[in-house]
Amino acid sequence: MSGPIRVDVDGGSFGNEIDRRQRLDFTFDGQPLSGFAGDTVASALLANGVRIVGRSFKYHRPRGIFTAGGEEPNAIVDLRHAQRHDPNARATLEPLQQGMVIRSTHARGTAQRDTFSFLDRFSRFIPAGFYYKTLMWPRFRLYEGMIRALAGIGRVDATSRAPRSLQQFLNVDLCVIGGGPAGITAALAAADSGRDVLLVDDHAHLGGSLRWRNAQVDGLPGIDWATAREAQLHTAGVRIMVRTTAVGIYDHNAIVLVEKGCTPARSANGECLWQVRAQSIVLASGAIERPLLFENNDRPGVMLADAVLRYLRAYAVRCGERVVVATSNDSAYELASALNDVGACSAVVDSRDHSELADDARAAGIEVHLGDSIDSVLGRTRVERVRMASGATLEADLVAVSGGWTPLIHLYCHARGKPRWDESIGALVPGTDATALKVVGAASGARTLDETLEQATLAVGGTPSSESRPPSGSDYWGGTPNITVASGKRRVWVDLQHDVTTKDIELAVRENFASVEHLKRYTTLGMATDQGKTSNVNGLAILAAQTGRDIGAVGVTTFRPPFVPVSMATIAAGNLGELQAPVRRLAAENVHREEGAYFREYGDLLRPAWYGPDASAIARECHSARNGVAVFDASSLGKIDVIGPQAARLLDFIFYTRMSTLAPGRLRYGLALAESGAIFDDGVVLRIAPEHFVVSCSSGHVAAMVAHLEEWRQDRFDLAKVFIHDASAHWATLAISGPHSKRVVASLELGVPLDDEPLPHMAARIGTFGGHPARIARVSFTGERCYEISAPSQLAAGLWRLARASGAEPIGVEALGVLRAEKGYIFVGQDTDSETMPHDLGIGGPRDNRSSAYVGDRSLFTPFAKRKGRKQLVGIAAAGEQPIPIGAHAVARANGKLRSIGYVTSSCWSPALSRPVALGLVEDGRRRLGEVLQFEHLGTRFTGTLVESCFLDPAGARLHA
Amino acid sequence: MQKFPCPFCGPRADREFRYGGDAGKQRPARDCSDAEWARYRFQRSNTRGVTRELWLHADGCGRWIEIGRDTTTHVVIATRPLSP
Repeated sequence: MSGPIRVDVDGGSFGNEIDRRQRLDFTFDGQPLSGFAGDTVASALLANGVRIVGRSFKYHRPRGIFTAGGEEPNAIVDLRHAQRHDPNARATLEPLQQGMVIRSTHARGTAQRDTFSFLDRFSRFIPAGFYYKTLMWPRFRLYEGMIRALAGIGRVDATSRAPRSLQQFLNVDLCVIGGGPAGITAALAAADSGRDVLLVDDHAHLGGSLRWRNAQVDGLPGIDWATAREAQLHTAGVRIMVRTTAVGIYDHNAIVLVEKGCTPARSANGECLWQVRAQSIVLASGAIERPLLFENNDRPGVMLADAVLRYLRAYAVRCGERVVVATSNDSAYELASALNDVGACSAVVDSRDHSELADDARAAGIEVHLGDSIDSVLGRTRVERVRMASGATLEADLVAVSGGWTPLIHLYCHARGKPRWDESIGALVPGTDATALKVVGAASGARTLDETLEQATLAVGGTPSSESRPPSGSDYWGGTPNITVASGKRRVWVDLQHDVTTKDIELAVRENFASVEHLKRYTTLGMATDQGKTSNVNGLAILAAQTGRDIGAVGVTTFRPPFVPVSMATIAAGNLGELQAPVRRLAAENVHREEGAYFREYGDLLRPAWYGPDASAIARECHSARNGVAVFDASSLGKIDVIGPQAARLLDFIFYTRMSTLAPGRLRYGLALAESGAIFDDGVVLRIAPEHFVVSCSSGHVAAMVAHLEEWRQDRFDLAKVFIHDASAHWATLAISGPHSKRVVASLELGVPLDDEPLPHMAARIGTFGGHPARIARVSFTGERCYEISAPSQLAAGLWRLARASGAEPIGVEALGVLRAEKGYIFVGQDTDSETMPHDLGIGGPRDNRSSAYVGDRSLFTPFAKRKGRKQLVGIAAAGEQPIPIGAHAVARANGKLRSIGYVTSSCWSPALSRPVALGLVEDGRRRLGEVLQFEHLGTRFTGTLVESCFLDPAGARLHA
Repeated sequence: MQKFPCPFCGPRADREFRYGGDAGKQRPARDCSDAEWARYRFQRSNTRGVTRELWLHADGCGRWIEIGRDTTTHVVIATRPLSP
């Protein structure tokens, strides 16, 4: 590294991006360095003389900063700042911040001394696609770990947590992408006509190339024009977003932006993902420079000419002291002149035989070699000299290259635009304007600044103010790349990020991977995180030359979003942890915690699994439900109101069992089917009044059940005559069950009679609790006498405490699971699968008898529904003390082979029966009752007898106890 | 990232909607043939060009909407509520 190389000349015309009064400290590979506010990480590294910022992907060759924008292939760094860790940050787009810890990527050790650099000497043995050919035997997996260690870029820190970032949404009339002269002009013209305009640019200030290139616009120096226009944009109400990259355009003018440099208070990872919807879009993304092809053109110290100019003028960084400017066009002469002014221009090498600007340069004392080009760079880890095609050599520490310009039309292609090859400027430009988006300025291949400004005004329906001047004669674009390189032993880089050389392309063509899509996949040209922004056109030109076609005929690969890489943390934004999948909680959760509940997630519900330090509580809880009285918080059960004159008809259609025949004040168990005939859910329906039903479905199916009811309501019923209201969260429900349940419920003083005569099993009454209405329903999921009490959810805690004070013991979900298994009551989705139909559970009545239509009806009569060997619900009595594991398969021998004929769906130890009980789905299970079957689970054999699914109190006497 | 004009809520992002298959299907009566029932259950038109589709404005008004849409250009031609 050399000493400080910030330029400091009179007049202050250098460094308009940086604020020299504000110093920012950072480290690179452990070394303390400093830059200024306004620096990018790249400009700060260059200002500190850092030449090698990383090692290349495949050969571990030293690499330096190559560009000053989003097209950067080399300067991918590992960046830590505050909570943020980005293992693949693009140094050219990252605003420098105080305290950043920056490390080079893909080097074993540091970028300066990489112990893997020996790989470059074996490059002959690892050409494109080598692993397809050489690592086949015996299998690729053996080599994969080694290859992964050697290749790749940044390394993810598996211990780091993604910081929460931000996602925002915006609707505008017009979104202008690119804040250069074209974008500014379009935005201002549109705002003047009263439109709501958003202008985005990926750098810190508006102005684009006007900030570092000489230009006169409307009689002002370019940068002054940009500053004046920016003030006008603010006045006109244009929303300006800088450090913001448009990464993709999607259907119906949806634009995704990534804003960088956000304060930690806004976004912990410094980025914000914006989803913008615009009525129309103007793309003014400009053009990027192309590299030149010569031997060792990847050496640190070979940079794009425009980037060298930009670092010099905008960041006051002189990237070299003896710079050779190599060009195929007029655009690089401005750099030569600027370098000459600071005494750093060594020579210009222009591949053309003639240029007017060459004469001017010579007049200014610059050495110009016309009709010559660079043949190779000499120097092992940096540029020391260059050899020209003519054979002469030049002293140099930096080679600034310009091989022409490439319009940035990626976003045009995202919007389904089709590019075409324009031979006159040697570039892919937007084809017919088939999309809703208008491309203006250099991105459209505009020849001059005047043409750019005129296009921009016209694109938003304005009238160009100044009369069009004839285009100046300068040859700015450079034309089609001139491919004269015959590789031989020489190594000429095309794709810097993926280490693709001209030889790799020649190899691909030799092996007939001659289509552009095959070439890309075989050589990985253009597949790196820079997506080949600097390499694509040169690659196409080589392919065209190799196959004797022109570039237009070769075609291009498809550009897809994102335009630059976006970190997953930024895409995830706030959708992390509980915000990504929120848990639903019970109203009385705090009371359960006081009771010592052990909580588990059941679906998205957080519920008490049991009360006590360990699972031994389950048996004790079962005992209290069977022999005393237990209270269970069943608040998560659905409580869906179905109201209106057509309510009964709707429920008849939804449920397998008719509900219109239910008397007010009574409850009925019902199955709801999907149109496939499979059981969708089960639940209990309460008819409160002739036109008011409450559907109490399973806890995990409430949202789906509401959607199911709504779908058929809107499809087949009069919306004014039946209404659905999901009141599940408004009601807390406690189930008080056990032989002594009536005594506990009586103590709650709900104002309803509790005896069997006025309130039998499957009946309900409205009472009051704490001055509010409460529903008391005789329905049981334990098989015991049970009262389900539903009260407004704010009363849940009080109701629970009162029931406990009267002697009810708390039981959790696990105990309930045992109690219902003993009774053979099913959980839909656990004891049924996507093929289980009601007759498979032995509930065939409605199928046999109902004539009115209901969901799934016809599916119960297909050959599939009628066939023999359907899996049917059975009980399984295990031999011995050991429960058969859930998921164990019942196996039978057929044609000498073991075959699964079903599986265990629920299984547990029954405290009431002192033996294991299980439920299962078994082929022809009802017919096989009494058979002894073998069960297999992960290599272990079990034996069980198929029995009726109800193990306890089949007559149901306990319900009335 | 399409934009659908909901007849009740106005233009909304497609992330608020849930796809519900082809519009205009008639649910056959119980006495239909197996083939007819299978057609209703499983056949999809998968049209290239203009289609009629059902979408549920799930994260909006909750109404089912019929949308006429071109599957090649994603241009929305017309929308109306499933239920009048």
